[in-house]
Parts: sequence; C-alpha cells; structure tokens
Amino acid sequence: MSQDITHDEVAHGHHDHDHKPKGFVKRWLMTTNHKDIGTLYLVFAFAMFILGGAMAMIIRLELFQPGLQFVEPAFFNQMTTMHALIMVFGAVMPAFVGLANWMIPLMIGAPDMALPRMNNWSFWILPFAFTMLSATLFMPGGAPAGGWTMYPPLVLQGGHNVGFLVFSVHMMGISSIMGAINVIATIMNMRAPNVGYLNMPLFVWTWLITAFLLIAVMPVLAGAVTMLLTDRYFDTSFFNAAGGGDPVLFQHIFWFFGHPEVYIMILPAFGVISEIIPTFARKPLFGYVSMVYATAGIAFLSFIVWAHHMFSVGMPLGGSLYFMYATMMIAVPTGVKIFNWVATMWRGSMTFETPMLFSLAFVVLFTIGGFSGVMMALAPVDLQYHDTYFIVAHFHYVLVTGAVYALIAGAYYWLPKWSGHMYNERLGKIHFWWSTISVNVLFFPQHFLGLAGMPRRIPDYSTQFAEFNMMSSIGGFAFGLAQVFFIYIVWKTVKGGDKATAQVWEGAKGLEWTVPSPAPHHTFEEFGPVDLDKMAHGKNH
Amino acid sequence: MKKVQLKFMMLIGGLLASTIAAAEYGMNLRKGVTEFSETAYGMHTFTLWICIFIGIAVFGAMIVSIFKHRKSKGYNPEQFSHSTTAEVIWTIIPILILIVIAIPATTALIQMENPTTEEGKRLPMDMTIKITGYQWKWKYDYMDEGISFISSLAREHNIARQKGSGIDVSTIENYLLEVDNPLVIPVDTNIRFLLTADDVIHAWWVPDFGWKRDAIPGFVNEAWTNVKTPGTYRGQCAELCGKDHGFMPIVVEAVSKEDYAKWMADQKGEQETETQMVDVEWTKEQLMAKGEAVYNTQCATCHLPTGAGMPPAFPALAGSEVVNGPASAQIDLVLNGKPGTAMQGFGAILSETDIAAAITYTRNSFDNTAGDVVQPATVKSMKQ
Repeated sequence: MSQDITHDEVAHGHHDHDHKPKGFVKRWLMTTNHKDIGTLYLVFAFAMFILGGAMAMIIRLELFQPGLQFVEPAFFNQMTTMHALIMVFGAVMPAFVGLANWMIPLMIGAPDMALPRMNNWSFWILPFAFTMLSATLFMPGGAPAGGWTMYPPLVLQGGHNVGFLVFSVHMMGISSIMGAINVIATIMNMRAPNVGYLNMPLFVWTWLITAFLLIAVMPVLAGAVTMLLTDRYFDTSFFNAAGGGDPVLFQHIFWFFGHPEVYIMILPAFGVISEIIPTFARKPLFGYVSMVYATAGIAFLSFIVWAHHMFSVGMPLGGSLYFMYATMMIAVPTGVKIFNWVATMWRGSMTFETPMLFSLAFVVLFTIGGFSGVMMALAPVDLQYHDTYFIVAHFHYVLVTGAVYALIAGAYYWLPKWSGHMYNERLGKIHFWWSTISVNVLFFPQHFLGLAGMPRRIPDYSTQFAEFNMMSSIGGFAFGLAQVFFIYIVWKTVKGGDKATAQVWEGAKGLEWTVPSPAPHHTFEEFGPVDLDKMAHGKNH
Repeated sequence: MKKVQLKFMMLIGGLLASTIAAAEYGMNLRKGVTEFSETAYGMHTFTLWICIFIGIAVFGAMIVSIFKHRKSKGYNPEQFSHSTTAEVIWTIIPILILIVIAIPATTALIQMENPTTEEGKRLPMDMTIKITGYQWKWKYDYMDEGISFISSLAREHNIARQKGSGIDVSTIENYLLEVDNPLVIPVDTNIRFLLTADDVIHAWWVPDFGWKRDAIPGFVNEAWTNVKTPGTYRGQCAELCGKDHGFMPIVVEAVSKEDYAKWMADQKGEQETETQMVDVEWTKEQLMAKGEAVYNTQCATCHLPTGAGMPPAFPALAGSEVVNGPASAQIDLVLNGKPGTAMQGFGAILSETDIAAAITYTRNSFDNTAGDVVQPATVKSMKQ
C-alpha cells in the first residue's frame, strides 16, 4: 500500500524524500507505517491517561473531606470503575504497544512490523472501543460501577451498561491479541539476519514475553465477560448461585487473566528501564542473560499465583498455602532485576538527564511497591490488608511510579529520535521533581489509611481518616497538574527546539541511534546484516 | 541564610508534629484483641522491618553510586557486565529470607483455618452466629438461641452522610461506624461465624479481630474468633457491593458472659412481644408512626425519604402504580422482591409488623392515595 502511495505521489510531483503519504486520511487513517501507528497509539494512550486522570481527580475531590460534597455514591463507583478500566486498557497497555511499534523494528533492524495492515486495524479498534465504553456515562443508569474486576453478581445489576462493557472489553481484547501477534511475528521473523535472540535489546525481549502473556490470557478474559453477557441477557447461570452457578468461579477466571495482566503492564516497563539506565551510567547492562531469564521466570510465575487476590474468599487451607508460597517466589526474579539495575549503576559514570531521573525514581518506588507486595503475599496478614487502601497504595506504586514512570522515562528518552528535537532539559527536570514529590504525597499516606482500617472503593469515610485523605488529595491534584505540564513540554519539543543528533545521548547504544533524528519514515529498508557492536547490550558484550 | 535555616527547622518541626498528631488517628495495623490479630500484627511488623532493612541496603547502594559514580565527578565507567557469584548470592539470600517469613505465616494460617487446642485436638466452638450480607446491611442469627436481627447504619449518621445534608460530619462521633443494632458477643468464648449473602458479595471485617471474610450468595463461609477484652469494636463491609458499600458498618460489642446472658434474655423477651403483636389489630396512626421509622432505615436508601426514587434503577414510590394499586400485589413484591433488580425480598429480613407498617406508610404518604391500612396479620398470612 505504501508502495502505491509513493508511486502516486511521484506521479503527482509531490516527491518527499521521506515518502510520507500526504493528507490526514492517507497519512493517519490508512497508515501501515510502524512509526505512524506507534505515534497514534502513544497519542491515544495519552488522551486516555488524561481522561482516566480526570476521573481520578473527581475521586480525590470527593475524598478531600469526610462527608459527601460533590458526587453521589453511585457516580463515585462509576468513577472508580471507569478510571481503572481506562487506565489499564486505554492508557498503559496501548502506550506500551505504541513504544513497541516505534522501537522494536528500529531495535532489530527490521523495515516495519511483520503485519502492517493488521497493525492499522488493531489500533483503529481502540477509539471505537473506548468511545463505546465512555458513552455509558451518558446513558440512563450510568456507566459500569461494579469495579474494574467486574465481579458478579454486582456487575450484573448494572442494567444496560453490561452489554456495552462486555463488547468494549471484547474489542480491547481483539486489539491486544492482534498487537501481540504482530510483535511476536516481527521479533521472530524480521530480525536482521545476524541478530540472534540473545543479541536483542532487553526492551525487545520483555515485549516478546509480554506478547505471549497477552495471547495466553486475553481470550480468558473474553471468555469470562462472555459468560457475564449470557448470564445477563440469555438466562444462563454460570455465576448465578440461584441457578446452580458459582460467583467465585468468575473470580478465579478473572484473576487467571488479571495476574498475568499486571505483568503485561510492568514487563515492558522493565525493558524500558533496562535500556535507559545503561545509557546514562555509560556502562553495559549488568547480567543481561539473567535479566532475560528473570523476565521469563516472572511471566511463568504470573500464571500460577492468581488466587492471592482471593485470600478472603474462603479457599481451602491447602489452596491458600500454595498461593502464598508461589506468590512469595515472585520476589526472587524481581529482586534479581532490581539488583541488576543497581549493579549497572555501580561504578558507572552517571549523568542525570530527565529519562534517567524517572528511571532512578522507578527503581526506588517500584521497589517500595514490591515490598508491600511481599507483605500482602502472606495470607494470614492479607486478611487484614485485603481490599483496603494499603492495596490501593501498593498497586499505584507499581503502576503509576512503575509502569507510568517507565512510559514517561521512555517518552523523554526517545522523543528526540521521534521528533528530531531535544526537549527542554530544565522543564523536564521540573516535571520530574514536581511529579515525584506529588506522587508520593498522593500515594504514600494511603498505606497508613489502609493499615488504619480504611476500605477501598468508598466515597465517604470516618473522620479518623480525614488528615491522610486530605494530604493524598492535595498530592493527587498536584500530580495531575504536572502531567498537563508534560503535554506542554512534549508539544513544545515537537514544534521546535534544538536539533537532535542521530546519537542523541552520549552513552546510548542500539540500532535506533544509528538512524537519523527524526527517524525517517522508512528505515532499514534493505535486508542485511547489521553491526552487532552497535546493538544495545546482549551477549555480544 | 539564617532565615532559610529557621524555615527549614520549622518545616521539619511541623512534619514531626504532624506525625505525632497522625499517630493519634492511627497509621499502623491494629494489634487487635484476638490471638489471631496479634499474630497478624507481629508478622506485619516483622516483615515490615525486613523490607526496611533490604530497602536501606538497596537504596543505600544506589545513593552511594549516585553520589560517587557520576560523570560530573569525573568517574570513569568500568565495563563489567556480570558476576556469577554476585548473581547467585542475590538469588539465594532472598530465598532464605522468604523461607524465614513463610514458616510463621504457615502456622498462623493453619490456626485460622483449622484451629486446634494445645493438645492438638480440634478446637471446640462454643456458639455459632450466622452473618448474612444484604445491600446494605447485615443480618445476625444466633443459631443456638433462635434470635436474629438486622444491623444497619445508625439513623443520625445516615442523615448526615447525604450529599448536601449541611451537617458537619466531624461533630458526629464515630461517623459512619455506628449501627442501630450492634452484634453482641461474650468474651473468652470460641465463636464460629458462618457467612453468606443474599444479593451480591460482601465482606465482613472487624480489624481488631484480625481477619475479613467474604459473604457470598450461595456459599457458606466459615471463620472464628475469641475476643479477650470487653469493648466496642468497629469495622466495615470490605467488598464493593453497590452504591452504599461505604455505608454498611459493623459494630461488635464484646461483653462479659453474665452481661451477654442478660442481653440474650432481653432479646428473647422482645422477640416474644413482637410475635404476639402480629396478631393484634393495629390502628392507622400506630402503623404510620412505625412505618415511617422502618421506611427511613430500610427503604429510603434507594427510594429516598421523599419517595422520589432514583429511576431507572430505583423506581419512585410517589405515584407508583404498585403502591396505589391493590395491597396484595405490593405485599407480594416487598416479601419476595423483584428478581434481576436491586429490590430484594424482605420476607426473611423484616418482621411482619415492620413490613405491614412500611407498606401502610408508603400507601398513605408522598401524595399516594391508596388510603388503606395493611395489617401485620395480612402480611403473615401471605407469607405462609
């Protein structure tokens, strides 16, 4: 298709050395170019991040003080549910797919993704899925309010939104599966001829493993929500106890998807951090091979730990013990990763540009999230922690200061390659400190709230929780504002700024730094061996 | 410079003071009043210290590296990229630490799920209480005594928590953690709890007892406790269960065995009187007065105190066809609920008198014109 367009343009005399198609429809709607699709994914994900963030602001506004001031409890529950669905499926996952689209072909010396037309389709499903999901906010009865975990029987009380919820989850799932197939096909078939698996940059490795996780579990989620759909509309009783069904069955199926899902959101983040730290430490990644094994190990364990989300559900003793032990094991490969990053910094020659700052904060704050994770793995104590703000603090530390921080770090790191301009370092640093201070004011007190006994998903609370909630809300507003500032920084960089070199960062290694900045519309068009010494880490070092 | 220092000192002082103030409001897990809650607290503290220790080591190494191994100090990067020894060490040591944590956790969990006496025999339970979760209240059945009642958010709190109530909630003691009928239990008694739910999944949680357990429709879950110290213990529903999930508190009063026996005798007396009153002919005024109270605690959450409801999920009672139609249809609806909606059957929850009173109240309020009176005896006959 791009070939045709090129000929067409040549014929019309609009020759552009980049071969970019002209016109909005041809350039963006009909694109099969991995870079343009990557940009679409990233822009869409950021828009969803702002939408989901706006919902978080409503939540924090209502929780600013005890008593109900702004919203009704039913609407509050819609906000918590939609915030989570949009952030998980609309912001974090598509953002990593965007990075994969942009960077994987550039990192392995491939001209494009293996399945470019499917790539277009898998992106363009998403705006429709999220328009449909968000439209439920304006329907009678409102949006889904049973939590992003969609537990029956509660979710089935949702009236008409159940059908919209299920269909939009199906569409997101189809999009994710297609994206994952594309990543696997690209990595397996499109590597430059001399690039072996163990020459690949870690970002590529983590995405390869993530893509397998996606293919394995998205159909499971689709199955679970389909059963919700038939329970709601076709009188089946999969989860209806009165009809002989089992409401706990849903939780098992959901978390069989849900636990790998959290690694789907964090493994590519590990990959991004593993690219950035060596660059700014000017030192090869420590323990490349053990990083690959640790990633695979975490992915494997993610399939066998799901019921640690369900310790209070009344499992048999043997079940609880098994899931406790299996969950604790995750700390081992995750620990290896943290230690390897610290060892990469050790005796390096570090500089602290914005991507590095966000990566360092990632290592510290993700580890804090990991610590609370180990604590929650202990089944007898989890009977206290479960469904409290301690859990809310835990998963926001791993998802916001984990996954989102890695995305922001990656955006600063590769923005010069994408746009051809350097961002303003001073503004980047302001963005970093502003975000990092406020995100801790936002989430750290939530540990205390949970331990003191505040359940999650409540719109109003006892006055003993007032101080920490107010603190958390102030942090929340500041963190939200900081991300609006981020839009300004990115916009300014795209519009202009110092010209970026091909190398961009002094210590950067990897094939993406061998092409000019901005990366031309087509790269690595000629199939052939690449200079392995230019590859980022891998066994050749 | 002096000024900056002073400001800094004030900031630190302020932070310290706020920490002390915060301690009053609780920022750590409660030790609680049962053996299990104390074990959980001990394990929480132990694991937290291990995490803090590891944190200091890892972040310490990072900080040293950040300050020493930086380009601005002219540090030349070394190029090492692996060390098998180091990697083996930091795989083995975490495994050992995890084993050390897992051993007490295993013991604690076994004692929770399969409690045994010191001689290793199965721990005998002295009494059984069945807990049923409803949207949005709890029902407690004393299985051995045949006594049961509903426990829901206290009225004063329910009024204050409405949006735009104009009430300063900080003036209300134990805001949102007060109920009309608390669960009363004796101390030093092994109590078995059986948990289930009628509509959606709830979770019964009193932090001072050290556990929460889901109440699931179609399932009967089991848990147990033995409270050592008399006192009032408060908790909340811990599983999202719909719009008023945040407003179904739990209050447990643990009293001495003697006080418990006295309380139980009172309950039985009251229950007897209530049973007798069902067959008595009630006047309209009596029913209206009782009905208003029942309506406001049981019905107004969804149908609102004005009867306006929140359509389409919660229909209006004002001008409703059912409420202005034949009484028998309304009684049937209230007794058995409407499947597939949030309207639950109240036949198992409320007494015949309460149901009759509430129905009479709705038929004669909110400009409804049915005008008739529903007697408890009628409800009783329809229930059978």
